[in-house]
Amino acid sequence: MTFQTMVLQLSRGFLTTLSIFFLTLLGSLPLGLLVYFGRKSRFAPLRWLIKVYISIMRGTPLMLQIMVVYFGPNLLLGLSIPQNWRFWAAITAFIINYAAYFAEIYRGGIESIPLGQYEAAAVLGYSKSQTFFKIILPQMVKRVIPPVTNEIITLVKDTSLASAIAVVEIFTRARQIVVAPNSPGMLTFAVAAVFYYVFNYLVAFTMERVEKAFAYYR
Amino acid sequence: MNVLELRNIRKSFGELEVLKGISLSVPKGGVTAVIGPSGSGKSTLLRCATLLEDLDGGDVIYEGKYAVRDGVTADKASLRQIRRCFGLVFQNFNLFPHYTLLKNVMDAPVHVQGRNAAEVRDEALELLKKMGLQEKADAYPCQLSGGQQQRAAIARALCLKPDMLFFDEPTSALDPELTGEVLKVIRQLAEEKMTMVIVTHEMPFARMVADHIVFMDGGVIVEEGDPEQVIGDPRQDRTKAFLRRLER
Repeated sequence: MTFQTMVLQLSRGFLTTLSIFFLTLLGSLPLGLLVYFGRKSRFAPLRWLIKVYISIMRGTPLMLQIMVVYFGPNLLLGLSIPQNWRFWAAITAFIINYAAYFAEIYRGGIESIPLGQYEAAAVLGYSKSQTFFKIILPQMVKRVIPPVTNEIITLVKDTSLASAIAVVEIFTRARQIVVAPNSPGMLTFAVAAVFYYVFNYLVAFTMERVEKAFAYYR
Repeated sequence: MNVLELRNIRKSFGELEVLKGISLSVPKGGVTAVIGPSGSGKSTLLRCATLLEDLDGGDVIYEGKYAVRDGVTADKASLRQIRRCFGLVFQNFNLFPHYTLLKNVMDAPVHVQGRNAAEVRDEALELLKKMGLQEKADAYPCQLSGGQQQRAAIARALCLKPDMLFFDEPTSALDPELTGEVLKVIRQLAEEKMTMVIVTHEMPFARMVADHIVFMDGGVIVEEGDPEQVIGDPRQDRTKAFLRRLER
């Protein structure tokens, strides 16, 4: 196998990696906010349920969660698994896992906002939802950028866990190439590493720009 | 009719009784200064009057409308109406840091009161000008001094056209050289016959601007009346002791 073929095949795998990455963020960033609302709900059973959910998501390996989501419908419910479930099972597992972490990050951000902001809003007559969406949420977003950046960078690397259920993203592809006859060997892993590293470099760079865009106030 | 009427207000935090039955009337155009040592309950009184704390007992009445009756807070819809009666200026300003000064001042009149944005904008700019902040309309709170922030907070409260304003130690978070500019603005409002209740440690200011002084200690009103009398010639021993301590 030539070097070019290897890079080309890894690139195709990397497109799947990117799909997992962006779909996970698209689902988990907003879902995290809903989870936060559940965590703070006045309805105790919901609050309790969400706490258990967060606890399980943080307390068990993501790889195992991916397996459960992938095999669960068949093993637990006896459903037959369609071919494309592989990919969507991975996406589902990533989203519900990352939403739990984002919910806790949001909670930290929201609870760090001084009580005076709520009191000022109350005295000015803002409703509860106006207070949250106009006053609290924008300030929360600024505060959580550094921890969210951390999570996003971790996610780039975590996408490789989809390999556990044979989703053909870049890591699965690299393993396949390495064991193939007359493969470029270790060089394949090195190239895969470059893909991850360069992409994470771009992520960090972008998030730094986002952080700067919020620097107009303190 | 009094703008504000407090009747026998009681408030405890756990075992600690902070307000032990406070009654106070604020007539239209009146300026009441509340003085007293730390822990006397004056800030709690203000927080109860502005409905930031639930009461354990007593009435809070604005313009004849009950906000709290026998310790029970009115329903949401009534409260929304009643909240329009008053504004509050905080010790720590509590401006919204992600909004410019103009937006801080404009936002509630437009989005809470549903007033016309262009009209509110003109009024907000006028208020900022009155506060000496016309150049700062597009600045963010973090770019301003404490004194400027506090004046912006006063403009924000005024833009809702309240019947009265509360001030919770409006100069306590400021450097001494910045207190003057804030006190000047409050004095100007007093001259315009704005109804105000001011919790303050600035005794000379209280004496000058207020027409009624309330001295609180230990959760009760120990003495109240004309400034010259309460500060100049106090009758109660506790008032005398407090004022003597300040002089030292």
